[in-house]
Amino acid sequence: MPAPAPALGAEGWFTTEPEPALLGHRCPACGTVAFPRPALGCPNPGCASDELEPTPLSRRGRIWSYTDACYQPPSPYVPPTDEHLPFCIAAVELPGERLIVLGQVVAGVTVDELTVGQEVELVVDVLFTDDEAEHQVWKWQPVEAAS
Amino acid sequence: MSTPAPVAVLGVGMHPWGKWGRNFVEYGRVAAQAALADAGVDWADVDFVAGADTMRNGYPGYVSGATFAQALGWNGARVASCYAACASGSTALEAARTRILAGLSDIALVVGADTTPKGFLAPNAGDRPDDPDWLRFRLIGATNPTYFALYARRRMDLWGATDEDFAAIKVKNARNGLANPNARYRKEVTVEEVLASPMVASPLRLLEICATSDGAAAVVLASEAAARRLTTDPVTVRAVSTVTPSYPNVVPDLPDIAADSAIAVPAPDVTFKASIAAAAYEERERARVSRTEGASGGSGDGREGDAGAPGHPCGRGDPGPA
Repeated sequence: MPAPAPALGAEGWFTTEPEPALLGHRCPACGTVAFPRPALGCPNPGCASDELEPTPLSRRGRIWSYTDACYQPPSPYVPPTDEHLPFCIAAVELPGERLIVLGQVVAGVTVDELTVGQEVELVVDVLFTDDEAEHQVWKWQPVEAAS
Repeated sequence: MSTPAPVAVLGVGMHPWGKWGRNFVEYGRVAAQAALADAGVDWADVDFVAGADTMRNGYPGYVSGATFAQALGWNGARVASCYAACASGSTALEAARTRILAGLSDIALVVGADTTPKGFLAPNAGDRPDDPDWLRFRLIGATNPTYFALYARRRMDLWGATDEDFAAIKVKNARNGLANPNARYRKEVTVEEVLASPMVASPLRLLEICATSDGAAAVVLASEAAARRLTTDPVTVRAVSTVTPSYPNVVPDLPDIAADSAIAVPAPDVTFKASIAAAAYEERERARVSRTEGASGGSGDGREGDAGAPGHPCGRGDPGPA
């Protein structure tokens, strides 16, 4: 079995230690938080800081909105299975950071099981697997189904 | 700033929309010639060309203003090339309008033309993990309809919008297309037909998603003085809105995976999408507002607080009245 590794582009975007969490970046000068890491320093136009410190983001948040992908997205999306299986996408508001982050919802959840305001939890899951690696990405999992 | 003078639309033209598989320059030239004919303007009298397209057209697309000017036959006109994704046309229109309002152009031609792939619009090929557009497709599978579906679903869950409400938009648009000989589909549809079409990105169905099409549109713009010489009843442009968000842009938007945080700077009173329309109205209202500024306290654009709120390390606090 290929070893798990963050998907191309998502290196340093999340951690699994001690628990799965997105890694945001906090500005020590103004206190704002950004995800993913802004390439050129603090995104706040009222702040001149170039320094950003990595910070784990809230592991739980509430669904701001949600949809699904009934048709297979085009490349560079890599289908994890030969036949496209529709998956859900949620935009989740993290309370501690007042920040909305998009992500896939774990496989097996349909839009009928989602609602705005619902609590979800961050997990690290498989995006797709090839000969090189089990490419990992963050996903959202409804808290009710987490047990 | 004062209220800008109107600029006149002397003529409009289109290349039919469809899946033609030809070069975008050809579509643009057809639309431009139709607009010039509609305006009764000779190409030799056009002194500025603003071109618009997207990334799918290679080098000629990067210099679309010059490309369209050359395709019509060099006439010495100044040019500008505009790429702003779905806002490319508006940006080109604004470039022409501002040049006219600056007194540097009498008659300008604005041309937008594009080609499209089958199915979803997609990023350029190759592994480009520093490109937000590439990242959202690779890491999430987030297509363009994903974002619009998020907005639609939130409206349904929070404010009770229905599938029928959204279907009615398509019914209206299809009816409008009947009146345009260049529209891709000249066919009425019913709410039932919309709701029976396959789901693409819940709650949006196939008939509610823009069909990616090849085609072009062009506009001949003129200063008020030039318009008086050429027409007695011009349609005028009073405002064009090409604003960007104010930080923090707290609503997820193409092509980004996350919105801005509102933890250090509170969200503006007006969301980015609402601010686009507001900016157009403000452009007309500005003169009136400036006359009464002492009493009203500003233009209401949500940016009055920039001068600095006490107690904030960055001197930037509440961006507007609550």
